Amino acid sequence: MKLYDSVELAARNLRESVLRNALTTLGISVGVASLVAMLSLGIGLQQLFSQRLHSSGLFDRVMVTSRRDLRGGFNREPEQNGPAPADSPDLDEAARQNIDKIPGVVEAYPDLRFITELRFDDKAHLTMVSGMTLSQKGSDALSGMQGSFFSSAEAHEVIVQKSFAAELLGKAQTRGPDDVNVAEVAKPVLGRQIIMRYAERESSSADGGSASYSVVSRELPLTIVGVTDLDPDNLGGAQARVFLPQNLLESLHAMQAYDFRDSTRATTAQPAYSRVIARVNGAGKVDSVEQAIKKLGFNTFSILDASKGLQTVFRIVDSFLLVFGSLALTVACIGIINTLVMAILERRREIGIMKAIGASDGDLRNLFFAEAGAMGLLGGIFGTLLGWLIGRAINIGTNIYFRSIGIPAEKILAVPWWLVAAAIGIALVVSLVSGLYPASRAAKLDPVQALRYE
Amino acid sequence: MGSATIRAVDGITLDIRAGEFVALLGASGSGKSSLLNLLAGLDSPTSGSVRSGDQDLALLSREALAKYRRHTVGMVFQSFNLIPSMTVLENVELPLRFAEVERAKRGAMATSALERVGLAGRLRHRPIELSGGEQQRVALARALVNQPKILLADEPTGNLDSRTGTEVMQLIRTLNESLKMTVVLVTHEAALAEKYAGRLIFLADGQLVSDQPNASKRGDA
Repeated sequence: MKLYDSVELAARNLRESVLRNALTTLGISVGVASLVAMLSLGIGLQQLFSQRLHSSGLFDRVMVTSRRDLRGGFNREPEQNGPAPADSPDLDEAARQNIDKIPGVVEAYPDLRFITELRFDDKAHLTMVSGMTLSQKGSDALSGMQGSFFSSAEAHEVIVQKSFAAELLGKAQTRGPDDVNVAEVAKPVLGRQIIMRYAERESSSADGGSASYSVVSRELPLTIVGVTDLDPDNLGGAQARVFLPQNLLESLHAMQAYDFRDSTRATTAQPAYSRVIARVNGAGKVDSVEQAIKKLGFNTFSILDASKGLQTVFRIVDSFLLVFGSLALTVACIGIINTLVMAILERRREIGIMKAIGASDGDLRNLFFAEAGAMGLLGGIFGTLLGWLIGRAINIGTNIYFRSIGIPAEKILAVPWWLVAAAIGIALVVSLVSGLYPASRAAKLDPVQALRYE
Repeated sequence: MGSATIRAVDGITLDIRAGEFVALLGASGSGKSSLLNLLAGLDSPTSGSVRSGDQDLALLSREALAKYRRHTVGMVFQSFNLIPSMTVLENVELPLRFAEVERAKRGAMATSALERVGLAGRLRHRPIELSGGEQQRVALARALVNQPKILLADEPTGNLDSRTGTEVMQLIRTLNESLKMTVVLVTHEAALAEKYAGRLIFLADGQLVSDQPNASKRGDA
């Protein structure tokens, strides 16, 4: 018998016991739905975290710290490669230039940051200030930014994060920072002047033979040119909310938090950096650049390192969700076997008739296979739809809860096309596997016995 | 049935020639239906052989036996054995599906078989909507549709009144005479056998009791 005849007869048989077959198909649907709902939530959460990491725009960045600096070591495990901390080099301007020469590194710049006072409308606001290189123009982290980027590397301009803009306008934050409307807060602050106070480190010895320097208090008027929607500096705890052009910031020689500590051990008035950021030519080269920097004797850290650990966690979570989802599908499989075995008992005589008029064992096997497959396919399609609806319901419910406790709504559900295809495919395959036993039983039925069956 | 030699049930040796109309007679449990099942390839003998043309059914695989049932024999049963969920046309088309006849040709072949048994007007009816005689004629059309060489009829009039039984038997005789189809009729009604069959084989307890030409039938001819 040809395949389409098997399918046609199977469809007819399924229509004959419509209630029972519909219930069996519903069982498969519930199994597939639980699988889809569980996995779509797992995938959705994973995508949400990945997206958050990506939007930081830091995927192509490697943070370099000195091994001498106990604070700077992101990696808790002792480094096996390169020199011991005592023999490792200083992270100074020479080291920055060396890092800059590593193949794959686009630029290496010191991570300068300090907490300072900024005056706006004669009111003082305290926040963390950091630098932003011109290369960051157009990065993901700046998507949704209002205003414009710095006009030049030395321009006396500043870009502020929207929560700081809201603070400048005296808006109290009742909810999460994501609820601040960037366009709303940007309009009144863009083009306005803000005065930054800072402490300049002035080397008093020109030969660099000693570590003495003086500290001079300065003020610098800056123009607000941009307000960011996202958090461009969301790595680590001390997040900067005000950004100056990197070159301008470097030229200010602003006193850094670690300068005082370094003065007790440094043999030169030249400052050492707490952290150097190496921007890499594409995320794919991060690994090789990290290895090269480690060989120079520094510690490294990248978002890729963090996301690798996260991916493992999500893989484990997904596996658990898969196991729970599969339990329901297993029950559905037993349902298919039960339905088909019952169908064989009921249609015993019909099977005998078919054999008497020329049906082969294979014809009957295919017929029952087609019935199992049709139930699986329908169950897979409806189940995927149902799973999507359940996932959406969970998403909506979670967001209602999130809002009630002041957390912005998130899309925690993702149903990628491959999940839809896999769910329907799995439903089809497990149904066919479930149909194996009934199909073989139908095929082996003795026609003479079957014809005698009343 | 050509040169086929049949040994069945208990030391029975039979030779049925092509185009013969043979009646297997005997009481219930005499082994006539078992013998018919052996001829149909539905059952296999524990020893001996069942030959049809140049093939020994006892040696055939299950697949080859299915093919034999599909193309060489047609069967009708006492209880009609139509599939109740299918229409008359679909029931008759079913063997054509197993024989993998093209979809486009099936309708015409099934309709032609139904015309032959006088049921061309009942194509869309379900078996339950037909009388017993009509149902048996549908079964006959289904047995004929693949143009088999042999028709095996197991008590075809057993569930019919005498008038419709006669109609069905006349149809079978027509098939035998016009299409030169070999007919093996299982019945316990001697009168029926004597009226239509050319040869009468009596069985009792699985053994051959007598095998003789039908004297009355010969007289008719």
